[in-house]
Amino acid sequence: MVFALPVWAADQQQREPYQLNLRQGVTDISHQVYDLHMIILTICAVIGVVVFGVMLYSILFHRKSQGAKPANFHESVKIEVAWTVVPFLILMFMAVPAARTLIAMEDASAADVSVVVTGSQWKWHYKYRDHDIEFYSLLATPREQINNKLKKGENYLLEVDRPLVIPTDRKVRFLITSDDVIHSWWVPDFAVKKDANPGFINEAWTRVNKPGIYRGQCAELCGKDHGFMPVVVIAKEPAEYAKWVEEQELVRRKAKEEEQRLLAMNMDMDELMTVGEKVYMKACAVCHMPNGEGLPGAFPALKGSSIALNNKAKHIDIVVNGVSGTAMASFAKQLSLKEIAAVITYERNAWGNNTGETVQAKDVNAVVNGI
Amino acid sequence: MQPEEQSKGQRPPQSAKPNNAKLVGKLVVVVFGMFGFGFALVPLYDVFCDITGINGKTNDTAATYTNVEIDQSREVVVEFITRTNKQIPWEFEPVIKRMVVHPGEMYQADFVLRNSESRDVIAQAVPSVSPGQAALYLNKTECFCFEQQPLVAGQRVVMPMRFYVDPDLPKDIEVFTLNYTLYDVTGTTTGSTQMGQK
Amino acid sequence: MSSISDDVHSDNQHSDDHHHAPAGIKRWLFTTNHKDIGTLYLWFAFIMFLIGGAMAMVIRAELFQPGLQIVDPNFFNQMTTVHGLIMVFGAVMPAFTGLANWMVPMMIGAPDMALPRMNNWSFWILPFAFLILLSSLFLEGGGPNFGWTFYAPLSTTYSNDSTGLFVFSVHIMGISSIMGAINVIVTIFNMRAPGMTLMKMPLFVWTWLITAFLLIAVMPVLAGAVTMVLTDKFFGTSFFDAAGGGDPVMFQHIFWFFGHPEVYIMILPAFGIISQIVPTFSRKPLFGYASMVYATASIALLSFIVWAHHMFTTGMPLFGELFFMIATMLISVPTGVKVFNWVATMWRGSLSFEMPMMFALAFIVLFTIGGFSGLMLAITPVDFQYHDTYFVVAHFHYVLVTGAIFSIMAAVYYWLPKWTGKMYDISLAKWHFWCSLISVNVLFFPMHFVGLAGMPRRIPDYALQFADFNKWISIGGFAFGLSQLIFLALLIKACRKQGEAVDARVWDGAKGLEWEVPSPAPYHTFETPPEVK
Repeated sequence: MVFALPVWAADQQQREPYQLNLRQGVTDISHQVYDLHMIILTICAVIGVVVFGVMLYSILFHRKSQGAKPANFHESVKIEVAWTVVPFLILMFMAVPAARTLIAMEDASAADVSVVVTGSQWKWHYKYRDHDIEFYSLLATPREQINNKLKKGENYLLEVDRPLVIPTDRKVRFLITSDDVIHSWWVPDFAVKKDANPGFINEAWTRVNKPGIYRGQCAELCGKDHGFMPVVVIAKEPAEYAKWVEEQELVRRKAKEEEQRLLAMNMDMDELMTVGEKVYMKACAVCHMPNGEGLPGAFPALKGSSIALNNKAKHIDIVVNGVSGTAMASFAKQLSLKEIAAVITYERNAWGNNTGETVQAKDVNAVVNGI
Repeated sequence: MQPEEQSKGQRPPQSAKPNNAKLVGKLVVVVFGMFGFGFALVPLYDVFCDITGINGKTNDTAATYTNVEIDQSREVVVEFITRTNKQIPWEFEPVIKRMVVHPGEMYQADFVLRNSESRDVIAQAVPSVSPGQAALYLNKTECFCFEQQPLVAGQRVVMPMRFYVDPDLPKDIEVFTLNYTLYDVTGTTTGSTQMGQK
Repeated sequence: MSSISDDVHSDNQHSDDHHHAPAGIKRWLFTTNHKDIGTLYLWFAFIMFLIGGAMAMVIRAELFQPGLQIVDPNFFNQMTTVHGLIMVFGAVMPAFTGLANWMVPMMIGAPDMALPRMNNWSFWILPFAFLILLSSLFLEGGGPNFGWTFYAPLSTTYSNDSTGLFVFSVHIMGISSIMGAINVIVTIFNMRAPGMTLMKMPLFVWTWLITAFLLIAVMPVLAGAVTMVLTDKFFGTSFFDAAGGGDPVMFQHIFWFFGHPEVYIMILPAFGIISQIVPTFSRKPLFGYASMVYATASIALLSFIVWAHHMFTTGMPLFGELFFMIATMLISVPTGVKVFNWVATMWRGSLSFEMPMMFALAFIVLFTIGGFSGLMLAITPVDFQYHDTYFVVAHFHYVLVTGAIFSIMAAVYYWLPKWTGKMYDISLAKWHFWCSLISVNVLFFPMHFVGLAGMPRRIPDYALQFADFNKWISIGGFAFGLSQLIFLALLIKACRKQGEAVDARVWDGAKGLEWEVPSPAPYHTFETPPEVK
């Protein structure tokens, strides 16, 4: 804590002025929401000034110490009816624009781009409906920054390894769901916040007016690392977006070819361990902890575990298929065959789990494809 | 019950004592009633959802298709999304990802499922529609989601789903999405998984 | 049990004539006296307030600056969860029950609560509930970490085994509150002095009567919800699991069906307290007594049809969003009536500013601010932006800390001289008031800003743009926590009966039966019922 202070002080230099109010955002809806916010805030402020003003007047001028004699009135039907009816009318006046915005938000017309957004502990997965593009989006802030060992970057906790990319000036629909607990996908600049409910699908849409990078966070408590699963969306001009889609599809094809090539090869222990450690820190360490000891009572230890030491087949099965009824997800679609092979090798040889065994991509492939 | 009453003779005639028991009795009935009501909210919620489509659940027993007028003038896009829960590496895909349908007409959509594991599994597909309101107008006469699907290791099946869209579907819904999430329910007995259902 | 009670029973009879009460620990363990039990409740609530407050200090220390410094995220989640549970079920609710025990019989001219032995039970099971809850924090894997709202499936499939203890302790808390509520209802219905018609009852009694009905209506629903969580987690049911035909969103519907009336359970008695204090120090009768009663009743009724405003982001059809938005906005009408009535009571009164009045005035202003943010949260489209951010945290802390807790403090400062027979240390009280007032606003007001700027709640670490305000919030938090130690000192002094003796009426403007009995209030009061004209 002490040595974090100078780092924190340095952070302060580059910060923008205080954000006090709601963001206006970059969509028509978010502007409407902002306007509603300002209207209701103003109404509250005016009522507040009147009520507190009357109260202050009493406090100042109806004091016993100044010889004020109490009046004896204690009811007045007229006044009481008035201050029931007037607030009621103000509220109904307020309900009209609110309902209008709500109806605009629930627009179920066809969209130009659809993305399936899936939350899981503690990352987002994006899958484009009309293209062969899908990927996970994980927090990119290094652990050392969180633990105050490195200076925190500008977008601390609001940066991901692979942001979602969408076109501007197009209606983009998000189909939101979850793999485990309830999450909530939120981008303040779009005024979009929708819960991701396991087994159910929710939808939201946006039409972004301005290209840019927009950042948000998971908004529903989803367990230990709830604070560490940001949402980053890049809005690009439609032409640039199309180019990006093409690139991604190409990259994906290449990766698949590479995967096939790897099946025929054996990697050596050193390479597996190096890759494995990297994958472990990214995908496994949040629950099983960087030292492999897990969190007793919540997440099992891998260090010294009998599966990691003695049962290679089971080990591969768990990583590939997950364990149903627990927090352990399947990694077959999250990691490449090479990465899975490497991380299992790492888990079987790190922290004194010195089995000396390697696991190769083809071993994993056998399990993934049920050969 | 009250020491004071007995020790002090001058208390006025208290009808409180018998009344207390009666009132407590009534209040206890309310308490148990509300405890029961908490559980009654489970089936009530299902009924409420069936009426309002609040959570996008579709019918879980077969609907019948009789005398439905086909609205040829209107086209609605139905999109299919398939997911395996927690990304279990089973293959689960719709044969057609998107259908343009006329309300009232009968359609069939096929889904392919392959158990890529080297063990036998039981799968349960859970449907969900968005926007939720559309679920009320999606009528399935046949669906693989009505039952659990046992699959031996490596088995591949094509599962049909027959449906029609009610012509009363609100006009503002031009497109809706039907999502199937596939759960691995191997090892959980049928009895207990049905407990939460109506 | 019955033999023990009989002992106490005869002890009490005995003591009627000679001395005040049996001495020592037995007096407190076996007491059936409403004043003793009220005192027990109040001390218990204060201890829980300090424990829950200590957890808030851990939370604020971690959030003092960005990065993880003091606790790990899992423990942080346990702190937010248990802080919430303790403050709601351990501090605010028992404090109100304690005040009801002390004051309701004295205000309606009854000798005691109607069911004194049940009263003893309803208090003494409470410490066990919280021992169980707190001890779960020391188990392997820790205590509950899914938020006080325990949304499934985070609290079912994804929680650790201490969830069983959590469920058990919530059950005990529920039984305790239900017994307390039944006691209040029976007392008010059956024990009123002759002439004390319903529409002559002091407002504190009225608000508590309505609160008690809310309690027996919704605490059983909470019991049902935790039972379903228990069976889902340990006995293979699927109430909230989509794979088995359940629905996780249904949990939220059931929880908030309890949860929203619960909010009013924690604020209606506060309205009652303020309605006692403001007329006393304005030396003028309460403005609009009847409309106050009707407003309270309509708030209670409306509270059953607004629950889903906590769930706008779960995905609801348009008509649902509109219905719950408008119903929620409607609640602000009777709430507004109350605030207007208090201000009208002060208008052309003869005001003086003793400690209870100071807290009551702070309540009126700050609770109203909390009410305004509540109204803003009701507007569904904007709620999508506010939901689950610090704006919500600011809102409910304004309503619960500067609302419920300030009203409890006002009540203690109002009635403490009646309880002890001595005036408390007024200069300590002033220090307590001003330190609390300033620090509580430093603590909670900037939360509006970070919430609007986009900081989600329940996170152990945050982006750099929120850093400056969080530092101030934490400083305000520590100051508010320390200020409560002044209150502790004051209470200890008061319990040692230090201070100037007061007369029966204590405050010159005070009206009501509780001021007719001597100060300190004797162990038994109104054994002969007073005549109410």
